[in-house]
Amino acid sequence: MVTAVEAPDRLFGKAIKRREDPRLITGAGSFLDDIKLPGMTHAVLVRSPYAHARIRRIDTSAAEKMPGVLGVFTGQDFMDVNPLPAAWQAAGVKNNAVTPRVLAVNEVHQVGDPVAVVVAEDRYLARDAADAVVVEYDPLPVVVDAKKATEPGAPQLHEEAPNNIVLEWTCGKDEATVDAALEQSEVRVSSHLINQRLIPTAIEPRGSIGKYDPATDEYTLWATSQAPHVHRLLLGAFVLGVPEQKIRVISPDIGGGFGSKIFLYYDMPLVLALSKKLGGRPVKFFEDRSENYLTTTHGRDHITDIEIGATRDGKITALKVKTYANLGAYFSTVAAGIPTTLYGRMLAGCYKIPAIHCKVIAAYTNTAMVDAYRGAGRPEAAYVIERVCDLVAQATGVDPAEVRRRNFIQPEDFPYDTGVGMLPYDSGDYEKALNRALELVGYEQLRQEQKARRERGDSKLLGIGLSSYVEVCGIAPSKWIGLPGEGWGAGLWESANVRVHLTGKVVVTTGSLPHGQGHETTFAQLVADELGIPYEDVEIQHSDTLGTPFGFGTYGSRSLAVGGVAIYRSLQKIKEKAKKLAAHLLEAAEEDIVFENGKFYVKGSPDSAKTFADIALAAHVAYDLPPGMEPYLDETTYYDPPNCTFPFGTHVCVVEVDRDTGEVKLLRYVAVDDVGNVVNPLIVDGQIHGGIAQGLAQALYEGAVYNDDGQLVTGTLESYAAPKAHMVPTYELDRTVTPSPTNPLGVKGAGEAGTIAATPAVANAVIDAVSHLGITHLDMPLTPERIWNAINQAARS
Amino acid sequence: MAETTTAPAKVAVSMTVNGKQYTAEVEPRMLLVHFLRETLGLTGTHVGCDTSSCGACVVHMNGESVKSCTVLAVQADGAEITTIEGLGQDGQLHPVQEGFWEMHGLQCGYCTPGMIMTGAALLKRNPNPTEEEIRHALEGNLCRCTGYQNIVRAIQYAADKMRG
Repeated sequence: MVTAVEAPDRLFGKAIKRREDPRLITGAGSFLDDIKLPGMTHAVLVRSPYAHARIRRIDTSAAEKMPGVLGVFTGQDFMDVNPLPAAWQAAGVKNNAVTPRVLAVNEVHQVGDPVAVVVAEDRYLARDAADAVVVEYDPLPVVVDAKKATEPGAPQLHEEAPNNIVLEWTCGKDEATVDAALEQSEVRVSSHLINQRLIPTAIEPRGSIGKYDPATDEYTLWATSQAPHVHRLLLGAFVLGVPEQKIRVISPDIGGGFGSKIFLYYDMPLVLALSKKLGGRPVKFFEDRSENYLTTTHGRDHITDIEIGATRDGKITALKVKTYANLGAYFSTVAAGIPTTLYGRMLAGCYKIPAIHCKVIAAYTNTAMVDAYRGAGRPEAAYVIERVCDLVAQATGVDPAEVRRRNFIQPEDFPYDTGVGMLPYDSGDYEKALNRALELVGYEQLRQEQKARRERGDSKLLGIGLSSYVEVCGIAPSKWIGLPGEGWGAGLWESANVRVHLTGKVVVTTGSLPHGQGHETTFAQLVADELGIPYEDVEIQHSDTLGTPFGFGTYGSRSLAVGGVAIYRSLQKIKEKAKKLAAHLLEAAEEDIVFENGKFYVKGSPDSAKTFADIALAAHVAYDLPPGMEPYLDETTYYDPPNCTFPFGTHVCVVEVDRDTGEVKLLRYVAVDDVGNVVNPLIVDGQIHGGIAQGLAQALYEGAVYNDDGQLVTGTLESYAAPKAHMVPTYELDRTVTPSPTNPLGVKGAGEAGTIAATPAVANAVIDAVSHLGITHLDMPLTPERIWNAINQAARS
Repeated sequence: MAETTTAPAKVAVSMTVNGKQYTAEVEPRMLLVHFLRETLGLTGTHVGCDTSSCGACVVHMNGESVKSCTVLAVQADGAEITTIEGLGQDGQLHPVQEGFWEMHGLQCGYCTPGMIMTGAALLKRNPNPTEEEIRHALEGNLCRCTGYQNIVRAIQYAADKMRG
């Protein structure tokens, strides 16, 4: 553990302004659609209006004659391009993976499936011509609900997946053991929970630009990608069959991702193949919002039945969970990893539960593919277990805060194995965060106020919702998460190279990359601290497979806990070599060299010091190196952590529900998070804010709705209720700090915590407000209509 | 099925953008945002939706904020347009830009130009807005990263600074 957090002259822990911002606030950022290459052409897709149909005929002849059109292609033109890969194959689990092709062939399985592509000189002309492509379909029956999809007689999407079942997976104790524990429980509660489908809604849609160079047989892809190296690997080795070194992938500035830009999408190989067909002219595809909503991945969409056993004093003794996970029309890149590793294995939450059994059935439906969306499995798990706590509280009459306290894993229990196949939780003090949150919100007074309002029959019903969450970040090590273990088709280490120029300026290249998280700032803070050099002398480079070492990218709140540690390790190697060189130049023994504030000196003689820049120069010119030392300071690390990290905290939401209208007013939102040590509090608070907004939006506003024909009813920003400024409260934040013992920085990860915590906090608050009316559960989004109906139904019965 | 076999006829438009006069031949259907981004190369103004909902494309037209995805270039003929690139004066950031930097009012930066233009227009008509008024003024702008709190603070920062 580093004690650096307390040292006043260090940048670790300082809320410094982001270095990314000047370009972004002046309009000088470079996002995908801002890129204009000489000779660039534009691709527009012809998409299926049907959710399930056979393609009878495609007539491109009229489109081909339209002005500016360079080519019109269908799936048959790309039979040499392989379907996208499915990078998940857990041992012992039959996995009926069916992945999309660049363009659909013979059949479509969701509205928006691309069936043809038009390339033209500009996007208006390409759109005109796309409208002139005639496609005849034979519609087929449709299913959009994951549970119904698995029932007998349901429409079948893929021959390879009987009953539309992608996989069946279990974790925890065997079912009979948990059934027996349930039988023996003093209190039993069951519930049916819908975790509705969400649309990630990065404000920048997705896009890609492909450029093939016939002279060198090389491909360059610019893509809105959270994982450029992974995309290069998958494109080369699996989809295009092109040697990896002939492909370069560049992620420009990215306008938010939230998971939806992790995956390999059809348009990426498509624009590369099109550019080749057009003799090397660059081809740009940039989806509009409607296309983004139809075919970029969605999140959540679980149907869950739970059975809970507890003691009369609120201790949870058994939990049985059965979940239908909707994976959409095809298998997205790592889709199956979300409702398994990241959901089932986090179902214990912060609690000691002796008997848990979870079964997950993942199914295909005629809807958009579902994969990781901010939190990815963990919000679904937190929602289940935090509803469980409130259901137990309601059934036993024990206060919800007390239920949590009585079941918490205790600080001395770490490392703690929850018994559901997750790696041991690293560290935590759950009660401390809970107590701090309760103190900040004034919990006792609120409960009194709630009681008083109920007694006087106030129409404004007060609700207090708690969510004590734990999540898993920095997913590793490779041997656990990869094929021999959890079945993810790759390790999840991260890389960093640190190079010191002759002048002492430092360039870091990292496999992590930002799409809003401020990597350039946070990483530079770490480097400046470790080398004792000015922050301005550090440059962080990323996002281009040319010139950065292989990295797995940014998701799962892993950048600092994995990518940052890779940088930290390279910095230690740099310091070690620099120290050896300093010892040589100062004619002293290495163990007598002190490195302090960017200077090397012999113990007791700080006046004759060599600066870091002196050493950089000496290493570079290499006139006088110790025997056997190579010139230059340049170190690379591939860091595979020994464990994941487990951030936690408690969020409390206070709402007022209008008994007469069902409207919810957010009165307070208090969040106490423990993400381990914090490098830049400004950035971490920002992550928590944004996370809370997305999480509370699931509880109150958002939900992707398909009708029975498979049409996305919430297909635009007009109909999908992503929250606006007046729909969210002021967030009151605080922190506890429990460093992670997993890594030398003691950091855990902060990108998803807010989203994971907020949904159950808000849902619990609303349900708490109406619980005295006999309401035990309400599904999200908690719209006024839904609440009003429940209140009225409760009053009638 | 489309019957067109030739490109639509073009018309001349001229407008002042960030203090500079431009004239170009455009299709009558061309959106102002595409004129700015593609014809003039001013890519600071972004597009995030197709229903006039997200506000990433907000610019000032004759001093008022407009969604440039919902204005045709021909409708802006003769207008004075200010985009994010032209908001700062003499190499200095506009106070709203400064506020976004100081208060961490942006993360990915995609909605930011539209947010800043909307914030600047608000402060012109209401130099001392309440938090509620700021949140109300941002109703046409979506941000998915920040949860809005620091955007509100950024505009408050600018309001304080502009009032001196």
